[in-house]
Amino acid sequence: MATKSMGDIEKIKKKLNVLIVDDDPLNLIIHEKIIKAIGGISQTANNGEEAVLIHRDGGSSFDLILMDKEMPERDGVSTTKKLREMEVKSMIVGVTSLADNEEERRAFMEAGLNHCLAKPLTKDKIIPLINQLMDA
Amino acid sequence: MDALVAQLQMQYRNYTVSLYQQGFLDDQFTELKKLQDDASPDFVAEVLSLFFEDCVKLIGNMARALDQTGTVDFSQVGASVHQLKGSSSSVGAKRVKGLCVTFKEYCEANNYEGCVRCLQQVDIEYKALQTKLQDMFNLEKQIIQAGGKVPQVDIN
Repeated sequence: MATKSMGDIEKIKKKLNVLIVDDDPLNLIIHEKIIKAIGGISQTANNGEEAVLIHRDGGSSFDLILMDKEMPERDGVSTTKKLREMEVKSMIVGVTSLADNEEERRAFMEAGLNHCLAKPLTKDKIIPLINQLMDA
Repeated sequence: MDALVAQLQMQYRNYTVSLYQQGFLDDQFTELKKLQDDASPDFVAEVLSLFFEDCVKLIGNMARALDQTGTVDFSQVGASVHQLKGSSSSVGAKRVKGLCVTFKEYCEANNYEGCVRCLQQVDIEYKALQTKLQDMFNLEKQIIQAGGKVPQVDIN
């Protein structure tokens, strides 16, 4: 496996472009801060419908999409399915509540997620996924 | 001046540790503190301000939903409880989160008395946390005004 220099890793991290999809303003602020702390840049969407529109209108391309599950207008499962139908290739990480049962998590994964993380999100939870993105 | 700073820093450390030991805060609060930096020195205070606004709004929603004459819509109450559980989890408000777990169970069981009790307790707990954190932030200000730095507190 080719190794990357620290300089290359820092450059990649700085270019990391993340879409954060969540209806909770508190979560948006915290998740934006986490992405900034690891050197990425982020855009937010308040629900799944906005996330779909962002992709439809702007032809935007994100390295990573953090997708909340429970949202008004269009929830995380429906949004993920729609984005995959639109051939969005970004890594999509579902963000679930601990209250969600196994069946709910499986349904979310089957919608087209790459990974699922339980709230609350922390840097330590996200960094391994970022490393995976860099290695891809 | 140095003696004053040292005294305030010790007071701050002890007070912060007590908040964790008494169950007001958990590791997620520590994670929030780690995100605060020179570029955003008020990040934690801003996040908590949003959280307490959420508490006021959601507890108001729960109270109104439970105050309905006739049949109470427990799913409506439960929806607000679910949101508050999420918010409290995001900021590390451990006691509030724990109460929300119990509260949600009462909602699912359509237990009116249980819900009313939980509502009262959640109201008390978020206000208690707000007071405790205000005291903690005041200590931080005093340390800075005395010319010192707010120490990192190792909880473990």
